[in-house]
Amino acid sequence: MTITTPGVSPVTVTSGITLSVDGVDITVPKGTLVIRAAEQLGVEIPRFCDHPLLAPVAACRMCLVEIEGQPKPQPACAVTVAEGMKVRTQVTSELAEQAQQGVMEFLLINHPLDCPVCDKGGECPLQNQALSHGRAESRFTGVKRTFPKPINVSAQILLDRERCVSCARCTRFADEIAGDPFIDLLERGAKQQVGTSSDQPFDSYFSGNTVQICPVGALTSAKYRFRSRPFDLISTPTVCEHCASGCGLRTDVRRSTVLRRLAWDEPAVNEEWNCDKGRFAFGYAAEGRLTHPMVRDESGELVVASWPEAMSIAAAGLRRAGSRTAVLTGGRLTLEDAYSYSKFARSVLGTDDVDFRSRPSSAEEIEFLAALVAGKPVGPTYAELESAPVVVLAGLDAEDESPMVFLRLRKGARLTGVKVFTVAPFASAGVAKVNGRVLTAVPGAEAAVLDSLADEVSGARDENRLEAARLLREPGAVLLVGERLAQSPGALSAAARVAKATGAALGWVPRRAGERGALDAGAIAGLLPGGRPITSDAARREAAAVWGVDPASLPGSPGRDLGAVVAAVNADTKAIAAAAKPSDVVRSVQALLIGGVEANDLADPAAFVAALDAVPFLVSLEQRHSEVTARADVVLPVAAVAEKAGTFLDWEGRPREFAQVFREALTLSDSRVLAMLAAELDASFGRGDIASVRGELASFGSWHGDRAQAPGHAPPEAPSVGSDEVVLATWRQLLDRGLLQEGDPFLGATARAGVARISAARATLLAVATGEAVTISTATGSITLPALVTTMPDDVVWLPANSDGSNPRVTLGAGHGDIVRISGGVV
Amino acid sequence: MSEDQRRFFRGFGVPFSQMFKRVTTEQYPEDKRPTQPRYHGRHQLNRYADGLEKCIGCELCAWACPADAIYVEGADNTEVERFSPGERYGRVYQINYLRCVFCGLCIEACPTRALTMTNEYELADDTRAALIYEKHDLLGPMLTGMAAPPHAMVPGTTDTDYYLGNITHAVATQVGEAEARRLGTWTGPRDDEEVTA
Ligand code: SF4
Ligand code: FES
Repeated sequence: MTITTPGVSPVTVTSGITLSVDGVDITVPKGTLVIRAAEQLGVEIPRFCDHPLLAPVAACRMCLVEIEGQPKPQPACAVTVAEGMKVRTQVTSELAEQAQQGVMEFLLINHPLDCPVCDKGGECPLQNQALSHGRAESRFTGVKRTFPKPINVSAQILLDRERCVSCARCTRFADEIAGDPFIDLLERGAKQQVGTSSDQPFDSYFSGNTVQICPVGALTSAKYRFRSRPFDLISTPTVCEHCASGCGLRTDVRRSTVLRRLAWDEPAVNEEWNCDKGRFAFGYAAEGRLTHPMVRDESGELVVASWPEAMSIAAAGLRRAGSRTAVLTGGRLTLEDAYSYSKFARSVLGTDDVDFRSRPSSAEEIEFLAALVAGKPVGPTYAELESAPVVVLAGLDAEDESPMVFLRLRKGARLTGVKVFTVAPFASAGVAKVNGRVLTAVPGAEAAVLDSLADEVSGARDENRLEAARLLREPGAVLLVGERLAQSPGALSAAARVAKATGAALGWVPRRAGERGALDAGAIAGLLPGGRPITSDAARREAAAVWGVDPASLPGSPGRDLGAVVAAVNADTKAIAAAAKPSDVVRSVQALLIGGVEANDLADPAAFVAALDAVPFLVSLEQRHSEVTARADVVLPVAAVAEKAGTFLDWEGRPREFAQVFREALTLSDSRVLAMLAAELDASFGRGDIASVRGELASFGSWHGDRAQAPGHAPPEAPSVGSDEVVLATWRQLLDRGLLQEGDPFLGATARAGVARISAARATLLAVATGEAVTISTATGSITLPALVTTMPDDVVWLPANSDGSNPRVTLGAGHGDIVRISGGVV
Repeated sequence: MSEDQRRFFRGFGVPFSQMFKRVTTEQYPEDKRPTQPRYHGRHQLNRYADGLEKCIGCELCAWACPADAIYVEGADNTEVERFSPGERYGRVYQINYLRCVFCGLCIEACPTRALTMTNEYELADDTRAALIYEKHDLLGPMLTGMAAPPHAMVPGTTDTDYYLGNITHAVATQVGEAEARRLGTWTGPRDDEEVTA
């Protein structure tokens, strides 16, 4: 094992090195740094630049200790242990203590007396260690250096240069961990300062981490600056709701307002990092919330109602619709809430028309998830990514869609030589930072590329594919598929074939935090909790036993997914319009129960909205006003993440439980609201509180019965693309116009600008250069963005899926793999 | 005289002799006497000579307070509204006199001498809310030469100049700004425009 080399996975070492620290012997693994060995004995050597996850630099010199046989004190953070080494720290050595005090005095010479106005005050390693390891009096009488302050290294990160102690933690983080070396130490001597290059701000997805690890208050965030002191804050360990990475966070609250979120130490998941979205995007839950239930009055207006009134109206409507109700939940629910929807649909309403995938999806995806993901044990894991011989990504841009997967891959690529391949049209910034190689796939052709990896390794093929195919057959290889593959017919089947043929571990990395939990909770047509197929008698019996209902009352055949439900509603509407006697047509979907679905996230927003308008009865459980609440017959407000306890399953399938931040919250979780609705419908449901829902989930246990076969769809024929046409590639960038990023202007300002990526040949054809406008259009609309010439296939264009000025789903009615027209300039 | 009678008169001797000593009773509230000069009375939030507030919202007073009587929220001075020199000011400042024990530790903690104690001791009221003093209750009076914030700093000076006492009175531009804001004729940056420091 080596604790010292950041990131190298622990490996068991039998022999150790014995040294003495302050006269006490200790045996530690070879390669351990003296500062860590001392920590194990409980001796805390003061430090600034040292960070267990960053490579040692010995920049600050605060950790000087005496090592027998060395002429001068040595930095404990950079010296590795040696057999028989005798270390004396400040505890037993006057020399070490004097050296540390001297360094502290030097550090304080140019450090301003900013503590009263500095955010770090009260939680500042420099303040603390100046008291514990500094002299009480300063001998410095000169003039301290000053700089105009603060400067913006990015829209949300502020830098007070005179506070910096040049420890290089921030620059090392940006360079080593994030791979965005946009800040560096400039100048020398007393003028040394952190700076950015003049044309490139520190727009890194991970910039907030530098604020957290800066050991002084030199780096602060615009969001938290001057807002509070550590003693004002009540801290709760939480889990991030923004993506399926599952980061552990600490949420700090002052007077019922969330003031900041920090990355929490979670070695198995996010280590000590998180992304800026998780750190800064929490304002949405404080703005524009629904506070009261609402119902439609006689004139059709939504009016505020009491809970009992809203409940009885909702219950009456759902009773009328019964099993002709469809339940659609967004991908952001906690495991417990998703489970409650799943249970409510089957045991109370008797329907299997359930779908949590509020995004473009496919029936093939359900087959894939049912066979290979739902209810499976944890894995592949982050640790496995780090030590894998190869990780192949398909339909997944890790940096944009699962930032912690990206950080792990980068760590693996840097320290343990993990090879990364991505099945994508081009190498995005994130791919370059993990030394990834592209297995070029035009959108829609992912299946063909994947299938070529499953084949026997032979033939004259592209070198990268050969190497990927070979490495995938080594033990520990991992294949990660993103949710985007669902938009590429046959691709998920091909991924399953590759995993089977090569023995690689298969991981499914959805974007949203609640998707894996919802899948395991059975909030999808055809699956009961734990991956139990609804078609299996044994599975239905098990579920019925937990729910206390008659197994015969549960639906026995798979229901419809979101797309099919929407299509059914709209088809019925058409039939009614065409029918001579409209009352003869019986709608197959009479009511919708919707929790957290956003129209613009879907494959066909317009069709969804039409279905909302047409469906006879619509109940919406929501946090904020949306297109669904605007059309609902009953709106029931529900709690945001900070107002309830819950669990997210991260992409690994690892349960990430979190506690309620606002214990005084007046809002109810989705589970509680569904329990109240069930009570109104005279169904036995339970109370829906967190403890009982968790208890029920636990009593399900794992499923050992039959599973569906992995899908075996063949890839479709490649479509023919006209000369002015291209295939659209698109995904959502980490920072974009997502609803949960509303109310965070500083964060929004660091989002990547929208560009249209095209190949050089296409650019020549269109006579545009990087930065000039290109227009992408369909019959529905057009998008004009500056071009970015990229190494990629000539018949592909890439657009961000939900950025400023670019939402192809809404504007073009086109998604990943669809054919669009392209032309130079503004049309 | 019997023993009893002697005891009776000896007892009255005490009040009788007191009648010729100086009276220490104070006729409060008709007759108000000054306290000792260092008496710990109600707090005051001081101003610089041009009227800007000294408080920087650092919360050190709240931190020092053993009774948790002080509540402070800091905020940014902006181009739109400046209340103190430098970057930061105290947006919310409350002292709860139902909690305060007048120990003066907050005064010791204050890095800018913004917070001091007056000799005022008449701190009684009949509601809790009335005994939570807000920033406007605690701010020192506007003296001659001061202009009411928000207004800009004296042109060409820094917060260090303020701290060193180099500012002696509000200059014409500051007085003008304060007056224009009072009359609603201010044409400089206002908070309905999106301007930040
Ligand atoms: S800004 Fe902070 S983290 Fe960066 S070098 Fe200076 S002291 Fe270290
Ligand atoms: S901690 Fe060792 S030199 Fe900085």
